[in-house]
Amino acid sequence: MSQELQKNSIFKVIGASSLGTLIEWYDFYIFGSLASIIGAQLFPADAGASALINTLAIFAAGFIVRPFGALVFGRLGDLIGRKYTFLLTLVLMGGSTFLIGLIPSYSSIGYAAPILVLILRLVQGLALGGEYGGAATYVAEHAPSNKRGFFTSWIQTTATGGLFLSLGIIVLTKNLIGATGFADWGWRIPFLLSILLVGVSIYIRLKMHESPMFTKLKTEGKVSKNPLKESFNNKANFKMVLLALFGATMGQGVIWYTGQFYAQSFIENTCKVDFNDSRYILLWGIAFATPFFVVFGSWSDKVGRKWIMLTGMLLGIIFYRPIYQIFLDDTDFTKVTQQDIQSVSDPVVTRTLVEGTADSLISTSARVTLLSGASYQKIQSHIEFKEKRKASAVQPDLLKDKQLSTAVFWKFVALVFFQILLVTMVYGPIAAFLVELFPTKIRYTSMSLPYHVGNGVFGGLVPFIATLIASYSGSTPLSGLWYPIGIASLSFVIGAIYLSNKKPVETEA
Amino acid sequence: MNGLKKRLGLLWMILGPASIIFMFLQAYEKVGLAAEGVQKTNTALQWGIILFIFIPISAGLVIFGYYALKGEYDQLPSGSEEPKG
Repeated sequence: MSQELQKNSIFKVIGASSLGTLIEWYDFYIFGSLASIIGAQLFPADAGASALINTLAIFAAGFIVRPFGALVFGRLGDLIGRKYTFLLTLVLMGGSTFLIGLIPSYSSIGYAAPILVLILRLVQGLALGGEYGGAATYVAEHAPSNKRGFFTSWIQTTATGGLFLSLGIIVLTKNLIGATGFADWGWRIPFLLSILLVGVSIYIRLKMHESPMFTKLKTEGKVSKNPLKESFNNKANFKMVLLALFGATMGQGVIWYTGQFYAQSFIENTCKVDFNDSRYILLWGIAFATPFFVVFGSWSDKVGRKWIMLTGMLLGIIFYRPIYQIFLDDTDFTKVTQQDIQSVSDPVVTRTLVEGTADSLISTSARVTLLSGASYQKIQSHIEFKEKRKASAVQPDLLKDKQLSTAVFWKFVALVFFQILLVTMVYGPIAAFLVELFPTKIRYTSMSLPYHVGNGVFGGLVPFIATLIASYSGSTPLSGLWYPIGIASLSFVIGAIYLSNKKPVETEA
Repeated sequence: MNGLKKRLGLLWMILGPASIIFMFLQAYEKVGLAAEGVQKTNTALQWGIILFIFIPISAGLVIFGYYALKGEYDQLPSGSEEPKG
């Protein structure tokens, strides 16, 4: 086969694999991006904050079952082949996402609504657990070993691409339908749309051939008879699974989810920047940083994978706290003086009953615009007691829906871009790194487990555990960062001491 | 370097159970707060899930430390050849 034909063929393999994986990540992330709206649909109207927490718990369940999906589908992939296994995961993911879009609300079917969504979310997590390892293995087994980092880095762009696509479609749908229609029924559109995307991807994947390495094993009758036993009951292999987890994927997972999930959550929920601005910041950051997955993946073919990944972790350990401190400082409008204010809108006064009492909460809301171009909603409130003898209780001012000045907006984009750049350093070379650790016959099973424990469990729990730590008494808004910093530090030390920095040698795929 | 790898193995073996004990203590303290309605994010279910996930991972860290202590990581394989067992 000529070199040109080989090159076309590998890009077809990458295109077909990446499209399916990107759609799977899209399916997986729309749920998290719509948590607050879905929560209102799945739980009783008076559930309040617990609806969001329970919805986030359903979202987290998807992460937790990913390692189980890795075991189930990894085993299948090593037994029957890569192609049919990741076709199956695609069908499961697309089907469950589509069905989430059809689930009736709590007002129609009661608690059956959240239970059905939980079941579908578990199917999503299992499917994703099987998909990524299959796609990475499939591409790597088509690529010459001295270009594995470059070719597999395209697969590595799909997780960020899926997040970008999910945010983009959500913002677009919301802007087209309007906030009320979106909260009422429009949130279902991104879920339903998935079936079209999956249909196209299945059509493309059906035309693909099995990986050449797996085909060779099958022809020679060397396919593993029990991949789980050979992966985890064999000391020589199991020690590499543990090394991959503690020396690489654990740190990679927390860097990924801090840069791309916690950053947006922190800007929106802790800094109180408005819904659209917080998402636009992330969208720009992702758009600028995504090409670097390929840059670092390709570079790792020349200098080895180890130090690129570990440098990404180290920079996160050093710079997370200063970056998040800037987020806090630049959105702190409590010290605004009269000279800084350009205009204040007419105040709107609302009176609501305090739950379980006859007392009233009086709130005065006004939009304050500053000379810098930033603006925010200022809500001043006090409780008026029914017993007139009691003095009214003044509540602390609430500043929310902040819109940033142009300069600060782009500064935040730059800071999020830097965090995603670190993601590209730790994540760009990792598929090639994992593939090279394990033999072909048990590769799918062996690489999927440490990846999904590291990325799905350690990484996926970053928003939840960081929020939990930040809620402790005596903690500051930055305290939650100790979780990703601590895990990345441990992974950096283990990786630096125990991993070797192998440079790939040229062999044909 | 191999001496350091082995000595640190002992640290990983201690860190595994230590982290689980720390998490149990945290769960005991924080779930108590949740019962008083102070912290809604600290429920028994959520802490139960965290412990359920991290106990096997900590066991993995102990095994990793044991392998390191025994010198299993002194010489890593040069490629992804078939495992010898």
